[in-house]
Amino acid sequence: MSPRRVRAGSDAARRRDRPLRITVDGEPVDGIAGQTVAGVLLAAGRLAWRTGRSGAPRGVFCGIGVCFDCLVTVGEERDVRACRRRVRDGDVVTTQSRNAPGPDRDPDRRGKPGAPGAEER
Amino acid sequence: MTDRHVVVVGAGPAGLAAAETALAAGARVTLIDAGDRPGGQYHRMLPEAYDAARPEVLHHGWRAFDRRRRRVLAHPRCSWWSDTSVWALERPDPERPGPPRVHVLRGPADAGGRRRTTLDPDALVLAVGAHDRVLPFPGWELPGVFTAGAAQALAKGERVVVGDRVVVAGTGPFLLPVAASLLEAGSRVLEVLEANSPGTVARGWSRRPWQLAAQAAKGGELAEYSALLLRHRVPYRTGRTVVEARGDGRVEEVVTARLRADWSVALGSERTLAVDAACVTHGFSPQLELPVAAGCALRTGTGGEFVEVDSDQATTVPGVYAAGEITGVAGAPAARAEGALAGWLAAGGDREAATLRPLRRSRDQGRAFAARLARAHPIGAAWPGWLRPETVVCRCEDADYASLCRAAEAPQTASARVAKLETRAGLGPCQARICGPTVAELNARLSGAPAESAVEGLPAPAPHRRPIAQPIRLGDLAAPPEPHHP
Ligand SMILES: Cc1cc2nc3c(=O)[nH]c(=O)nc-3n(C[C@H](O)[C@H](O)[C@H](O)COP(=O)(O)OP(=O)(O)OC[C@H]3O[C@@H](n4cnc5c(N)ncnc54)[C@H](O)[C@@H]3O)c2cc1C
Ligand code: FES
Repeated sequence: MSPRRVRAGSDAARRRDRPLRITVDGEPVDGIAGQTVAGVLLAAGRLAWRTGRSGAPRGVFCGIGVCFDCLVTVGEERDVRACRRRVRDGDVVTTQSRNAPGPDRDPDRRGKPGAPGAEER
Repeated sequence: MTDRHVVVVGAGPAGLAAAETALAAGARVTLIDAGDRPGGQYHRMLPEAYDAARPEVLHHGWRAFDRRRRRVLAHPRCSWWSDTSVWALERPDPERPGPPRVHVLRGPADAGGRRRTTLDPDALVLAVGAHDRVLPFPGWELPGVFTAGAAQALAKGERVVVGDRVVVAGTGPFLLPVAASLLEAGSRVLEVLEANSPGTVARGWSRRPWQLAAQAAKGGELAEYSALLLRHRVPYRTGRTVVEARGDGRVEEVVTARLRADWSVALGSERTLAVDAACVTHGFSPQLELPVAAGCALRTGTGGEFVEVDSDQATTVPGVYAAGEITGVAGAPAARAEGALAGWLAAGGDREAATLRPLRRSRDQGRAFAARLARAHPIGAAWPGWLRPETVVCRCEDADYASLCRAAEAPQTASARVAKLETRAGLGPCQARICGPTVAELNARLSGAPAESAVEGLPAPAPHRRPIAQPIRLGDLAAPPEPHHP
């Protein structure tokens, strides 16, 4: 099984859900108003949405904006921390990869200075 | 009226209490938080859009918190700046004493085109809190391995649970509220694992037990959590931890092992456990970039580096006060007491006021509690024994243990700074917030040099110096800030 949202009907905090829909890499994903991008993705059963420098999958780690493992592109904006950004209905989310083309993919060069990844700023 | 303008950064237990007493002392207050609701990590509120009828069921001390936040936020002399990140503190003139200029960005997290402005307060209270510290182990970078704080934040703040078969592991009393939140939300918590031995925990806590009486509220909370674990038949084991996570593209099982007092693995004690999530914490790291940017001195105590404060919560920089987790990890009640003192004194309130006496007392009790917490739940020195050559140490750069060893052992790259350039550990997007203390410790051990020794011709490295405390887009940096005149 995967992460999920506590069902509204059985939520002891008695919340009210206002559904919304975003697209993630072109696919529709349902969430509720107030969630973060990370919350929507997790509750939709997605545990990973980014690839790290080595190409390995990554998702949420710290949950509070410290680790930058959860970065996504929202609309035109790259490098948005999914755990910090609340979704708006219709948001267009694209996943990101840290893999740079060229020498950075070469495992012998990876990790050497002067081979910056695509996300360097 | 003192007519002073106090800026409080952070609206957690410490910052909210600071705002309240600064207002009571007559100051104008600007209360800033990167989040959209006050409460910080402890009183993490549900999003407004959830329109929850009974938010109090998820909180301890909700009534007092709710009253305080309404009073503070509605106060005519309080400006509440939510969704506002302090991205830099600037000492405009090294000659001029007083608090630094506060640079803020207002708008949704990491958005482009956020409003940029500056504040020049008469006094500044820093109450920015901490984040989980997690030691590396093979597989900790797999999706499905979370910090305990992440699981807590998602369950309490969004009603999302990270999995159905979860193990909670690491060290410290924080394991208990995390397990409780997961249970409340309907996960199966398979085991709660405290890495320290019962002896270490008992010795740490029971020295001068009467000091604990003051933290009765905390004790009650913990007793409640323990009862909940018992009711759900969740085993709480000491001297055991997760030493490896395995899975294909996500965590599918963890290997747990019995630990000796120094956290070396007792051979043959390994067990595998099928899970769909693992939540891990090995203590907290204070968020020190703003205090360091302000020029505040740090102190090294049990459990790491914290902001140095005097008995008035004043830092070494005139006009700058610090409260809560950044001065020592002691939980929400202590953070509140520190915040209340800091806010009152930052506002120029009377130092001899009778109301300060109980606050000072509970602050001192909080400090004693922090010292015991650190003694009862230390990180054992032998934990690097869990690492393998290919274990990721720096998550951002995928720098592994072997490359760190190579850099530290070669004389030309052994210094912490050169090792960093060589392996790129700590140079990724998180700017060493996650791996920093780990890399410094490993490097010191491997090279035999002190963690932060200077390199000839270069200034001494400062691990918490991050001139940009929060990310800012280049476009926003290029646009001039609008000065704010409250
Ligand atoms: C994820 C997490 C969950 C936790 N949950 C619990 C729990 O359920 N129970 C428990 O007993 N303890 C919990 N803790 C421990 C907790 O840190 C303390 O008990 C308590 O919240 C500390 O209070 P504080 O005021 O010092 O800091 P915090 O409560 O952390 O408040 C700091 C505030 O500062 C803001 N901030 C930080 N940097 C900036 C900036 N640059 N600009 C603007 N705003 C900023 C943050 O958004 C935050 O709201 C948790 C810790 C973490 C990391
Ligand atoms: S999960 Fe760490 S920054 Fe979002």
